[in-house]
Amino acid sequence: MTKTTLRRIPAYAFLTVAVIFSVFPLYFMAVSATNTSNDVIASKLLPGGHLVDNFKALVDAQPLGSAAYHSSLNAVVTTVLALVLCSLAGYAFEIYHSRAKDVVMGILLLAIMIPFAATMIPLFRLFAQVGLVNSTTAVVLPLIATPFLILLFRQASRTFPHEIIEAARLDGLGEVSIFTRIYLPTMKPTLAAAGVITFLFSWNNFLWPKVILVDNKYQTLPMLLSNMRAGYVTDYGSLMLAVLIVSVPTMVVFLLLQRSFAEGVTGAIK
Amino acid sequence: MSAPTAPTEDRAPDALGQGTKKSRGHQSRPPAPPLSAIARRRSLTGWAFIVPAAAIIVLVNFWPMIQALFLSLKTGRGTRLHWAEPLWLNYQRLFQDENFRLTLGTTFLYLIIQVPIMLGIAMVLANLLNAPWLRFKGFWRTAIFLPCAVGLVSYSLVFRQIFATDGLANDLLMQFGILDDPVNWLGQTGTARMVIILGLLWRWTGYNMIFFLAALQNIDRSTLEAARVDGAGGFKTFWYVTMPQLKPIILLCAILSTNGTLQMFDESFNLTAGGPGNTTMSVSHYLYNVSFRNSPNFGYAAAISYAILIIVAILAAIQMKVGDKRD
Repeated sequence: MTKTTLRRIPAYAFLTVAVIFSVFPLYFMAVSATNTSNDVIASKLLPGGHLVDNFKALVDAQPLGSAAYHSSLNAVVTTVLALVLCSLAGYAFEIYHSRAKDVVMGILLLAIMIPFAATMIPLFRLFAQVGLVNSTTAVVLPLIATPFLILLFRQASRTFPHEIIEAARLDGLGEVSIFTRIYLPTMKPTLAAAGVITFLFSWNNFLWPKVILVDNKYQTLPMLLSNMRAGYVTDYGSLMLAVLIVSVPTMVVFLLLQRSFAEGVTGAIK
Repeated sequence: MSAPTAPTEDRAPDALGQGTKKSRGHQSRPPAPPLSAIARRRSLTGWAFIVPAAAIIVLVNFWPMIQALFLSLKTGRGTRLHWAEPLWLNYQRLFQDENFRLTLGTTFLYLIIQVPIMLGIAMVLANLLNAPWLRFKGFWRTAIFLPCAVGLVSYSLVFRQIFATDGLANDLLMQFGILDDPVNWLGQTGTARMVIILGLLWRWTGYNMIFFLAALQNIDRSTLEAARVDGAGGFKTFWYVTMPQLKPIILLCAILSTNGTLQMFDESFNLTAGGPGNTTMSVSHYLYNVSFRNSPNFGYAAAISYAILIIVAILAAIQMKVGDKRD
């Protein structure tokens, strides 16, 4: 072993500890989902054969399908609308750049600093007044336009060559077609990053759905988990299975798109 | 490009912004009059692209923020609200509210302990992942970032399970002979707070690491080379060359983390349920209880929310000042 290799051992050791710390709770969650409640309490760290039993118990006791449906609906609608609205705005702030638009962007960016806590109660009252409590609109609306995503798209648009737009205009393409047919296809990494961020945020969002979805009929998956906790569920195997089921979609989305996500973040920081 | 299909097309500078400077190869076209109909229409198109998002941001952020200010000057239960007498009654009450002081103090404790540790570890990890000699980069990065893909409620329940009195943490610690008797982690103020901090570290360190890593990869390699040529060691290079270039991203992460910690709700609600005796409750959790538990008091809740808003603004201002000075 050379001297440099020896010096790198602490680095690898540190990374190993970090990885174990990061992955171990997830491993425990996954393993517990296949074990009986008693095995979970006994801290069994090997997979068991009770996955199907846990699933049956879970579905019998909890409205899992309904919660999964509402979570999916909310997350998909939020992600699609957020991508449309924020890519349009980010593109326009850069491509149709003007001083007035810079001022507007500056004002919009201030919204990043407003804590959700400060807007939650008036928002609830607003939606209550127009009879939108329990509606998808109310769940989705506060998440679909964020200054952060607009900024992400504006920064990414910086590298988009204006000559292409010029050329497209000369060819007689309309402004909307330039956006949809030329700009958007080149923005895939940014769209992926924005999509991952929005989907994860919406899927995992807890406080706002809890506030606005008063009727338990519309509860989302995180609300279902929280209610299981509050209901003192003693079947820990199926509780951990529920947690696993809620976590799998976001982990899959993340693993599939993590390369694009990293590229998008890098592009935004540049 | 072939012959223009729209001969009246002009390229007024105000409509195209900086793009005009870069355009080339159309010098033969006559200069168009400024602000022609097409230019104006293009500017309008720009606004039309912006307005939907901007209108929603105003509706769900700025408008409620102003409403909350008015609301915080009112009092009453449920929907029957009237102006408070005196107007600042709710704010007066804030200073005498022991629960507010307790939850705010707890939230600050989380903030002061967790954020520096997290940013420090994230910075070390990002630098390791950026080292040219490191192998299996993708593996390390993915594994450390993985907790960020897990929802806050989900991980809160996993941590709750692990730190239960008959849970995994006690079993492991007793097996290794570190503990003789099981500890009631979530039943005591100190240890319960520690578990929350541990959870926050678990969930967010990788997230900040990704931002640092992206910033590190954008650093101009020639500045590092220059430092090496000048004889600076690894640490000196990092401190005097890399760090100054990372300042903006560190500032951003510090502000986002501060903001996030002050609004922390899910962990407080699900991991410890605020207990024991409200000592692990975050201020946002308290705000939720005042707003929607028992007999809701929207006026007083709005005053609490404004206090959070002001604290967030003050801390961000301080961080920006500090971030500017350290040159």
